[in-house]
Amino acid sequence: MGIIKHPKLEALERECSENLKAALDEAEAFQFAEFDAKEVERTGYSNYSYWGSTFRAFCKNKLALALVFIVLIILAFTFLQPYLPGQFDAFAVNNDPETGIPLRNEPPNSVHWLGTNSIGQDLWSRLWQGTRTSLLIGLAVACIEAVVGITVGVLWGYVRKLDFVFTELYNILDNIPSTVVLILVSYMLRPGVGTIILAMSITSWIGMARFIRNQIIIIRDREYNLASRCLGTPVYRIILRNLLPYLVSVVMLRMALSIPSAIGSEVFITYIGLGLPATIPSLGNLINEGRTLMMSPNLRYQLIYPTIILSIVTISFYVVGNAFSDAADPKNHR
Amino acid sequence: MLKYLGKRLARSFITLLIILTIVFVLMRQMPIEGYFPNFDKMTNEQIQNGLALMGMDQPMPVQVLNFFKNLFLHGDLGTSRIYRNNVPVTEILAPKIPVSIQLGSMALIVALVVGIPMGTLMAKYKGRLFDHIGTAFIVFIQAVPAAVYYLFIQLYGTELLGISLIFDEENWVSWVLPVFSMSLGNIAYYAMWLRRYMVDESTKDYVQLAKIKGVSSNRIMFTHIFRNAFVPMAQYIPTSFLNTVVGSIYIESLYSIPGMGGLLVDVVKKQDNNMVQGIVLVFACVGVVGLIFGDLLMVLLDPRISFGSKGGNR
Repeated sequence: MGIIKHPKLEALERECSENLKAALDEAEAFQFAEFDAKEVERTGYSNYSYWGSTFRAFCKNKLALALVFIVLIILAFTFLQPYLPGQFDAFAVNNDPETGIPLRNEPPNSVHWLGTNSIGQDLWSRLWQGTRTSLLIGLAVACIEAVVGITVGVLWGYVRKLDFVFTELYNILDNIPSTVVLILVSYMLRPGVGTIILAMSITSWIGMARFIRNQIIIIRDREYNLASRCLGTPVYRIILRNLLPYLVSVVMLRMALSIPSAIGSEVFITYIGLGLPATIPSLGNLINEGRTLMMSPNLRYQLIYPTIILSIVTISFYVVGNAFSDAADPKNHR
Repeated sequence: MLKYLGKRLARSFITLLIILTIVFVLMRQMPIEGYFPNFDKMTNEQIQNGLALMGMDQPMPVQVLNFFKNLFLHGDLGTSRIYRNNVPVTEILAPKIPVSIQLGSMALIVALVVGIPMGTLMAKYKGRLFDHIGTAFIVFIQAVPAAVYYLFIQLYGTELLGISLIFDEENWVSWVLPVFSMSLGNIAYYAMWLRRYMVDESTKDYVQLAKIKGVSSNRIMFTHIFRNAFVPMAQYIPTSFLNTVVGSIYIESLYSIPGMGGLLVDVVKKQDNNMVQGIVLVFACVGVVGLIFGDLLMVLLDPRISFGSKGGNR
């Protein structure tokens, strides 16, 4: 049976195709719609961007914003300082130009801005060198903690068969006092920046992994993940796209907080004599040198200046971490 | 309940065994030179004899087995080699443990007595001056490494009180600074969490109901909200006791307090293996027992929580 064509229909069809052709010629048939706030209201569409909102929310916190700049300036300055004019080498022993005697324990003056230490090295240069070392240690520990902690945490939370193994492992590792591990590891290996980073990383990832695991278990079987799994989304994609973005704020917070604690551990390890060798300036070394002199009030500046920098750095990271994690939480985006 | 406790204790025991084994093996990876002060002048034979004397010439599993055999059959942790030659470890530790425990308990009491009212008041005056001051204090204590502010407390505190830097057990004034320093971290911790829990709690329905009923705001705050907010806090108390005792490593060596913490640093550096094992054993025991007590305390305070199923694992 053939298709009966109604003459009216035929005419309509012709008309349509002509119209379409005309429209295409004008190349205006398909155009991106402009963003229109009124239309948005009607359809419920949103031009919400996660990172944009995070950034805006963060900028509302003026104190945190100021501290970010302070940290950035300090960080930049630790690298720039040796190249500025009129700086002393952090390792050179400064001698009195007239007598040739080392300038020991010189109080702060116009030449040596923060004075010199007990063997005549310039404290100002050493302070910035030390800040650089300590920041490096802190950042390295935070990054290692994040990478190892997230990897183990995701495996632990997502792969059900591994849960038992990791939980038992956690119960054991978590019960070893971390200070003991810190002392043992830094004693067994040769002192150096690498050793310190390793010693601190060995214990710090455990807490992160545990935390990630708990979060993953909570969101692993939510409907949107079940849907993804039913649609055959590969596991790595579920983890990278569905699970991890959920954890950005808490991971950032933990990373930001582990920087001050790593810097603090360095001070502690140096105090008990297992830290960096005295030839590498670090905040821990400087504070420890200052500590040995603290009983004579006119030499206390050697303890106080490193402490001030250390306090500024640690408090900044702490406050910025908290502010960023608040801002990164979508619940706080308006 | 009893069945759960039994299981829990058995597992903790196994955990302790594993911790001890790990530390035992780790300590024996230390360089041999460290055991003998005049290593360079010794002949190979002398070194071998010295190692044999410590039982270190045997294969590792045998050493571990011997260690546990002595520990469980005779309660013997071996003798100290360097710290005090040939004196049993248990004998050295016996007078030191009470000092550390005393110091830790005092610091914990101070932390509770100061931290809990502070957290409560911060929640009550949320957003007001007291809250801001408290928050600034908490941020400072949590962000600045303890290793640094302990120093300044020692430096200016001893000057202010007119006492020497070194701890003197007979003079009660010299207890003040170490206890105060050790409690600072916990004060901040308790105040922060109690404030958070109380603020969370104060938006709940039962608080609204109490308000509508006309219960006075003080009564709501201190009887209703406080009780509920304190339950999750309870589980921290034993753990933080452990942290105080372990954290005292630094305090004890700063003030030369004759406790375990200062001793640990000392003996690790001297490679006095038996001493290290003994001290780690004590620390690990305190830690494991602390976790169990934390869960028990929660059950006692809140009848809604029960052991056995999934509880106690928050």
